[in-house]
Amino acid sequence: MAAVTQDTAVSTGRVTRAFIYLVLVLFALFYLLPLYVMGVNSVKPLSEITGGNMMALPQVWTLEPWRQAWSTAQIGVEPTGLRPYFLNSILMVVPAVAISTIVGALNGYVLTKWRFRGDTWVFGLMLFSCFIPFQIVLIPMAVVLGKLGLAGSVAGLVLVHVVYGIGFTTLYFRNYYASFPTELVRAAMIDGAGFFRIFWRILLPVSGPIAVVSVIWQFTNIWNDFLFGVSFGGTSQPMTVALNNLVQSSTGVKEYNVHFAGAILAALPTLIVYIVAGRYFVRGLMAGSVKG
Amino acid sequence: MGFLDIRNVTKSYGSVQVLHEVDIEVQEGEFLVLVGPSGCGKSTLLNMIAGLEVITSGEIAIKGRVVNGVHPSRRNIAMVFQSYALYPNMTVGQNMTFGLEMHGVPKAERDVALARVAKLLQIDHLLDRKPGQLSGGQRQRVAMGRALVRNPDVFLFDEPLSNLDAKLRVDMRTEIKKLHQTLKTTIVYVTHDQIEAMTLSTRIAVMNKGYVQQLGTPKDIYDTPTNVYVATFMGSPAMNIVPATVMMEGGIPHAAVTDADGSIRHLRFSQPNLAEWAGKPILLGIRPEAITDPEGADRKSGNIVALSNRVGVTEPAGSDTFVTMQLCGKDIVARMRADATVAPGQVFDFAVNMEKAVAFDPATEMRIAP
Repeated sequence: MAAVTQDTAVSTGRVTRAFIYLVLVLFALFYLLPLYVMGVNSVKPLSEITGGNMMALPQVWTLEPWRQAWSTAQIGVEPTGLRPYFLNSILMVVPAVAISTIVGALNGYVLTKWRFRGDTWVFGLMLFSCFIPFQIVLIPMAVVLGKLGLAGSVAGLVLVHVVYGIGFTTLYFRNYYASFPTELVRAAMIDGAGFFRIFWRILLPVSGPIAVVSVIWQFTNIWNDFLFGVSFGGTSQPMTVALNNLVQSSTGVKEYNVHFAGAILAALPTLIVYIVAGRYFVRGLMAGSVKG
Repeated sequence: MGFLDIRNVTKSYGSVQVLHEVDIEVQEGEFLVLVGPSGCGKSTLLNMIAGLEVITSGEIAIKGRVVNGVHPSRRNIAMVFQSYALYPNMTVGQNMTFGLEMHGVPKAERDVALARVAKLLQIDHLLDRKPGQLSGGQRQRVAMGRALVRNPDVFLFDEPLSNLDAKLRVDMRTEIKKLHQTLKTTIVYVTHDQIEAMTLSTRIAVMNKGYVQQLGTPKDIYDTPTNVYVATFMGSPAMNIVPATVMMEGGIPHAAVTDADGSIRHLRFSQPNLAEWAGKPILLGIRPEAITDPEGADRKSGNIVALSNRVGVTEPAGSDTFVTMQLCGKDIVARMRADATVAPGQVFDFAVNMEKAVAFDPATEMRIAP
């Protein structure tokens, strides 16, 4: 692989190469700047920030803002910190990602390997759901959640995100399984494996790369969602809504250091998912492409 | 009643009928090859035997049991696919025993069966590898092993050799034949390669456009093809077919043909029933190996006819020399001994083995003699 890239790379002179690296480093610094500002200011006392020097390293290092953001900061009317909301988000995101990915995988399996009359229409309609803006479904969704008795609960949010995510996950898995040889499914049928056994033993073990894509996509979307959270969260609001309540509170002193710490806390899970799963994602893609 | 009965089976997709009343009775231990060009319905028929496609009408019975509605896994069949269809995430051993596992066979028994088949196919050393780490020939063996492990009533092969390179294909062909001779199992084998069909089978069904054109032993098919399609499909180079007229000479039918220089030549038939066709046009079929140099002619034949004709092109192929010439305005091919001295443009005395000649009705293209 490496040999191929070296052969095909445009050969460049030393000066050009140095210039390219310089530009790359500058851009990297530029993109990392906000993260630096957030990180640095989240470990300073508030006085240093209001003192006006936002770019400087802290004179007094402190983890107090993080502690406050996590457990004591005023969120709305309660001084609970972000902790309970973080828990809400986890309780919402884990089942929602798992369910939507599994349902998407099953849909993809059925739409490619157990074709039926009108399957392309079904797939087309599911694809269509990817293009519906969130705002349009707010009121109908509120009605449905109310009728189901799930309004204002984590379970309700899970349902909303699963319904919204299935279109995307189905699209991913259908396209992935479309290139999976049907002869393998037939061989498994002759071997005596049933519908779920074929899915579980034959297709799922080779679905790693696309499962990672689906998980990253769903996790990022659901974790970062604000609109559904604020509309249907009720008493069990997710992290994003809590962060908004923390930062936008219009009374008292603006504790920027706490806000920075809170924002990092809110972004951390998606960051971890990218760092951990992103590598498998790329590895999976490479393996697939080399096998051809 | 045979071991595998295909009775008046048809297949339609909507209003399009792709398979017309196929009727084949396969005896136990037979090696039946379904051969034909792509789109002739041979794979569809195989899939229907396997239970992977629904039978539109008619019935298929294995060991006397009608299996029309029976799930593939309960027909006691095994199939080898063109792409081998090995499960990529399982080792060779797991691949081969997956079927047994699905049928609830205990681990100990599975291991015994696996060891037996692995030894037979000489793949014992590969059992812990993944299919991705195997060569084409090894994958082919594993695919056959997976079929053998289950000890099925009928083996189905769907073009198993077409993904291999030419040399390996010939080796595996011999291997399959050897396996059949050892195990004496019933096999239905689909291919588009007429040489595979000839070499492997005990019987061949030549198919075209959803019809079985002819069902018979390789020798029947080769020597007495039922129509022009079968005659030209089987054999390489193909059988020469030229328009001729039947003439009577001394009470014996002859074929009147025009040579490259425009002279009429008379070739004496060995088939007396062609007397009915006296004065009428026919299609004369002669295999390339029935036209040779006089020294290379079949000594056992009772009817070698001399035919002098102008040589068009010579193609030395090492084992034989192929000579192309004009007869009745068509290019025909003769198969000479490798060291026959023949030059392009020369008038050469060919020896035609008319015992092997076949005559067809030009209107229906059906065989009229022998």
